[in-house]
Amino acid sequence: MNSAVASPRGTGTRNTRILGILTIASMAFLALLGLVFSAEDRDQGSSVRIMYVHVPSIWVAYIAFGMTAACSAIYLSSRNRSLIWDRFAGAAGEIGVLFVAVSLVTGSLWGRLSWGTYWVWDARLTSTAFLFITYLGYLAVRRLGGTHRQRARRSAVLALLAILEIPLVHFSVRLWRSLHQEATVATGGTDVHMDGLMLFSLFFGLISFTLLFLWLVIHRQRSLALEDAMENRGLDAAIEARREEAVS
Amino acid sequence: MSTFEQRRRVAFAVARKDLTIEWNSRILVNQVAPFAAIIMVLFAFALDNEGILQRVAPGLVWLATLFSMLVVIQRTFAVESADGALDALRVAGVDPSAIFIGKSLALMVQLFALELLLVGTAVVLYGVEMSLVGFAEAIVTLLTATVGLACVGTLYGGLAAGARGRETLLPLLLLPVVAPVLIGATRATEAAFGSGGAQVSEGWPWILLLAVFAVIFAVVGSVAFGPLVDE
Amino acid sequence: MEDASFIIGSWVLTFVAIGAYAAFVIRRGRELSRNATSEEMPWT
Repeated sequence: MNSAVASPRGTGTRNTRILGILTIASMAFLALLGLVFSAEDRDQGSSVRIMYVHVPSIWVAYIAFGMTAACSAIYLSSRNRSLIWDRFAGAAGEIGVLFVAVSLVTGSLWGRLSWGTYWVWDARLTSTAFLFITYLGYLAVRRLGGTHRQRARRSAVLALLAILEIPLVHFSVRLWRSLHQEATVATGGTDVHMDGLMLFSLFFGLISFTLLFLWLVIHRQRSLALEDAMENRGLDAAIEARREEAVS
Repeated sequence: MSTFEQRRRVAFAVARKDLTIEWNSRILVNQVAPFAAIIMVLFAFALDNEGILQRVAPGLVWLATLFSMLVVIQRTFAVESADGALDALRVAGVDPSAIFIGKSLALMVQLFALELLLVGTAVVLYGVEMSLVGFAEAIVTLLTATVGLACVGTLYGGLAAGARGRETLLPLLLLPVVAPVLIGATRATEAAFGSGGAQVSEGWPWILLLAVFAVIFAVVGSVAFGPLVDE
Repeated sequence: MEDASFIIGSWVLTFVAIGAYAAFVIRRGRELSRNATSEEMPWT
């Protein structure tokens, strides 16, 4: 650890280290709040404790996908087309996929306890599953290859298309469900009574997961920048080798 | 850069070129259509019950359409990227939105033929019966759904074309996007077929959904196609 | 008890997933920065 501070290596700086320590501390406190201090819910029983990680995860996923779209729009509209926006979009997309996956799994565990089933064909659940698949596709397109500019433009357009697609899918899934009135259990969540500590724990979870997101996205953007730099270097070396071949 | 008239001419030229290639190679008739038909037969093996088949026939028709569409789209863009034809068009300064419209038109014609065949297969194999109004509604459904599918298919097909691993990438990108078409077209076709006691009049709102989808992706596609395929 | 195992499972899964990803990001950054110049690391 000391040597890392002496000659700064890696993607951390003093500020991110402070952010990281804050994140870890608030996560530990969240675990205490959620698993020990907070009471059981009157309707949901102890299964409400899953909510303290489930809700913040989907919250982070929404922030992340929003950030992907915003950074993609900035990339396409800015005059100098700085690749930093593309990398922020990519980093946020990757983190969003991770957190949407986490919230789908924790959500289905919660559903098993509360509804007795892992999955219901509710509009919100179904569109969340589509969200997951759509951004998996986005990440796959980022890995297609080509130059960094090609990757940036392609994925930025795709991210904006996703913004269009998601409401369409959500709307049609809702229409689809309205004809099959079987799954109304999902609305059961609205009459949950929350006492002060539960509400505070949930709110605290949102804050600490947001800190976590910031820490992750900063580090990931930097490591993506290094990946790009190393690829550029490999390209330069290859051109250099060709030039030497041509001379000899 | 180019006037409306020029753009229209380019679009028709691209569409005619695609359909001529198709006509000469007969891939659609000799390979994709039999593939679609075998899917319908396999569905019958999987759901071994005539009552069930009749009930779910609309969904099966559209699932078979989506799967065959993936094959057709890959084919139309393999033609382009094999000899860099798309690059050549772009270097020549052809408006990408005209290319998009042209390729979508060609795809529409092929998809529509395929869907007619699939509906015919459903009538023959699954014992679907239609009234005259139901038949008209089925045709309108096919037309609106086809426009939407062809536009989305061309948009994402162009993105996946020329990239390594496009065979596996296209379904991943395309199938989530066309979910609204599958939902809308299945419900509209159910109304047309009268499956599960559905009335013909129940189908029209779903056709509206299909039309909205088609308009959105026709407009967005002609804007986004250029930046997506531009290398 | 089923409830407890599901709850603990959810928390463990969440933190293991986050921890694994964070570790991946940090290690990737360390690995790549080993022979990066300071121009390639504008944050230092």
